Amino acid sequence: MKKFCSLVALAGGLISAATIAPHQAMAWEPTKPVTFVIPAGTGGGADQMARFIQGVVSKHKLMKQPMVVINKSGGAGAEGFLEVKNSKGDPHKIIITLSNLFTTPLSTGTPFSWRDLTPVAMLALDQFILWVPADAPYNTAKEYIEAVKAAPDRQFKMGGTGSKQEDQIITVAIERETGGKKFTYVPFQGGGTVAVQLVGKHVNSTVNNPIEAAQHWKSGALKPLCIFDKERSTYTDKITETMAWSDIPTCTESGLPVVYQMLRGIFMPSGVTPEQVQFYVDLFKKVRETEDWKTFMESGAYNQTFMEGEEFAKWVEEAEKIHYDLMKEAGFLAPGK
Amino acid sequence: MEEIASLFAGFAVVLTPFNLLLMLIGILLGVIIGVLPGLGGANGVAILLPLTFSMPPTSAIIMLSCIYWGALFGGAITSILFNIPGEPWSVATTFDGHPMAQKGKADEALTAAFTSSFIGAIVAVIVITFLAPLVANFALRFGPPEFFAVQFLTFASFIGMGRGSPFKTLASMCLGFALASVGLDNVTGQLRMTFGYEMLLNGFVFLVAVIGLFGIGEILSSMEEGLSFSGAHAKIRLNAVLETWKQLPKFWFTFLRSCLIGCWMGITPGGATPASFMSYGLAKQFSKNSKNFGKGEIEGVLAPETAAHAAGTSALLPMLTLGIPGSPTAAVLLGGLLIWGLQPGPMLFVEQPDFVWGLIASMYLGNIAGLIIILTCVPLFASILRIPFSIIAPIILVVCAVGAYTVNNSIFDVWMMVVFGVIGYVFVKLGYPLPPLVLALVLGDMAEGSFRQAMLLSQGSLGIFFSNWLVSSIMTLGLVLLFWPGIRWVIASLRKPKPQHA
Amino acid sequence: MHGNEGSGDEPGLVSNRTMDIVVALLLLLVSSIVIYDSTRLGFDWRENEGPASGYFPFYIAVILAGASFVNLARAVLAKGGNGSDAFVTKTAFMRVLAVLVPAIVYVGAIQYLGLYVSSAIFIMAFMLVLGRESILRAALVGIAVPVFLFLMFEVWFLVPLPKGPLEAYLGY
Repeated sequence: MKKFCSLVALAGGLISAATIAPHQAMAWEPTKPVTFVIPAGTGGGADQMARFIQGVVSKHKLMKQPMVVINKSGGAGAEGFLEVKNSKGDPHKIIITLSNLFTTPLSTGTPFSWRDLTPVAMLALDQFILWVPADAPYNTAKEYIEAVKAAPDRQFKMGGTGSKQEDQIITVAIERETGGKKFTYVPFQGGGTVAVQLVGKHVNSTVNNPIEAAQHWKSGALKPLCIFDKERSTYTDKITETMAWSDIPTCTESGLPVVYQMLRGIFMPSGVTPEQVQFYVDLFKKVRETEDWKTFMESGAYNQTFMEGEEFAKWVEEAEKIHYDLMKEAGFLAPGK
Repeated sequence: MEEIASLFAGFAVVLTPFNLLLMLIGILLGVIIGVLPGLGGANGVAILLPLTFSMPPTSAIIMLSCIYWGALFGGAITSILFNIPGEPWSVATTFDGHPMAQKGKADEALTAAFTSSFIGAIVAVIVITFLAPLVANFALRFGPPEFFAVQFLTFASFIGMGRGSPFKTLASMCLGFALASVGLDNVTGQLRMTFGYEMLLNGFVFLVAVIGLFGIGEILSSMEEGLSFSGAHAKIRLNAVLETWKQLPKFWFTFLRSCLIGCWMGITPGGATPASFMSYGLAKQFSKNSKNFGKGEIEGVLAPETAAHAAGTSALLPMLTLGIPGSPTAAVLLGGLLIWGLQPGPMLFVEQPDFVWGLIASMYLGNIAGLIIILTCVPLFASILRIPFSIIAPIILVVCAVGAYTVNNSIFDVWMMVVFGVIGYVFVKLGYPLPPLVLALVLGDMAEGSFRQAMLLSQGSLGIFFSNWLVSSIMTLGLVLLFWPGIRWVIASLRKPKPQHA
Repeated sequence: MHGNEGSGDEPGLVSNRTMDIVVALLLLLVSSIVIYDSTRLGFDWRENEGPASGYFPFYIAVILAGASFVNLARAVLAKGGNGSDAFVTKTAFMRVLAVLVPAIVYVGAIQYLGLYVSSAIFIMAFMLVLGRESILRAALVGIAVPVFLFLMFEVWFLVPLPKGPLEAYLGY
């Protein structure tokens, strides 16, 4: 509670320094229920996080008005983004993103981009890990890549979620390192299914998020080869007898220079005032302070980088460029993009 | 018996006054959610999920799973009374349930539906209790070719359904497949048949189509004959439940078959909707009263309901042990588990026995409580039909609109519902059957997806559908069913060689 | 279900035969649209991938076209039988329109007035005009249903449905 108070005081102080009438500036608060749009179906990673946030906000009473969560998954998320894009100036609408913020407009040509929205904050970055069955004959990413190089083209099957989205983009990035050998990429509906397809050995490898495959790692069915982050994970609690998330080498250090993370960020419609944005930035800071959030982050081995304002906008711009380049290379761009 | 001991420990966890109260609330909420089309189990659980964060995980999952049971029970009510499927897996229940209501036997149809839901669910829970370790890993054998084989089997078991013109049946089915292909192609990420219209990105949603085809279509047909509902003058019989129960034992084989189909489809996980269609199709093919199917045959209510609920319940097994959701609702429950810090997967039974066995115990109690609550309400539900048509018709239309909207929060879907209503009205009058259309719509996407995934795996060779004993036997079974009418004719002619010459 | 039974001697507005022809032609139109787009997507069987995006839609549409041709030919060639029976009589058609047109207006109104207000108006109008119910009864049902839905969706379950100016005025 003390932390919470000081945080509010801090936020208040920042704003009051900038305005003459601190009371009014601080006073922006939602005056009606806040709609939290999820541009994905129920049950996925973004959905889980959004509903978790909704639960934390109501459990700790972080906001006076209720938070209403709504799924708009149509057209690989386009429906949700278009909804927010078309709600110009509405401060009671926020949206959580996954990589489809970049991939959907590029691959389908649907007219929206992050520039039509107001970036609020980066909540976390979701990790990707290269998984293989536990009894596969390779123990490092390098050995696996060598095996792919040595085998006939398309011999190795990579399972992933969706088509022309993050999993397939990572696959394309890996293919830069396989000496011209391609994977056969098999798209499935959800991350959980992908992990089980790997346990059942219907595919050879996956790039599942930690949370989707953790239990199979623990039970000894899968093993991680490397993590697609610049640095190793910071979570040191043992997951298996011998290993913690932090023991998984980065792909770059094991000879596969591919880095990819998925943005879990919050955006608002364009045309909102800085006070309104600040309200949500503060709100999410409070969410991040809770014990519940910390446990949730650890269970999914998320990278807990937090960004707001200019820094965040810059990050998003770079991420868009990375997606554009990778998707262009793979021929995933819609005509005219 | 280790399981029995664990189960009783589970009962001890559940049987606190607080948990029992939550169970009751959950069931009632679930029934309400199930009755409103569109606000189905998945939405309902997702909406209420955040409310449960302040509870202990066991209590939370008890309440949420009771909402799930309640929604399963509730889905049948509107299907039978108004021909509006509240849930995708209730579609097959409308085929005979609604004609029964039109004949004035709504109470019988409701009792049959609720009882068979209960039987299906209980059998599935028993399977989960005692066979969990055995069957848990069965789902691992299912890759794309196996999934395609199961979808093919579902289709084959339903194919003999068509009455009337085979060409109209074929046209109706192909229209379903064509509509299913609209939108984003999951395999290549290409847009199909959208022609630049953003509304079409999502394709034609199954639930919206069935609300329109069946619900709105039915209202239009009813209007034609003036402002009345057939079956409105049914007497309210207080002993309807007992009367119906007397008829049930002779259908023991239908129950058995439907439970098997349901459990199998739930565990693999093929889904409750295909399970209900497959079970209905097989019941029709092998029933003595085959000709009465579609006109109000009680067996046509029992078969899909039993299978749907056996599947819906046993779908929780792959969810708990492997972390793959067998249904959209299971997917949301899965999210709930993760949020409470419980990771579903092979270790859950070992790490959290209290939670797992508490959940299983609540399945038994929740189903029993649900059945008692809902059966006492049968006369109440049946008497809804006594409300004058001029009052109930606009309310149904409003509820349908709400249902169509909430599926994807899109006004466009409400328009589509009206369009499908007109299609349903015209098709029924011209003898184009609707069941093949909706089956193709629900299975088309899945089957095409699995087929093409399998082709990616085999690099374009069809041999993959006969590459191991599992997939070959399912495919063979499907082929046998597909040609069953022909096979039966051959068998019949072999048995009685030209009797007229004798 | 069987509109041509209860209609007595009244002559039909459209015959079954005509409707059969119309529906078959519409389905042919649908199949040609699908075939057109499938050719854009490619309907070949590719070496390593199996069927392309347009493969299944293409063949489905071809079968649909075939079946529709047969249905069309049958309807055109049909003489006598029940083909010349009325698909719908004028009275029946007016009754159907009496619910279909208000339903279309209702859905259109949702976009502007929000779902709750439109529903109230729709229910009241339906009960008064078509059902000839008393004003009191119509007003009671017409207001009770949207209020119940509002409490259920907006307040208890926190599911936003389309809202219009009235709800905005009330602060939602």
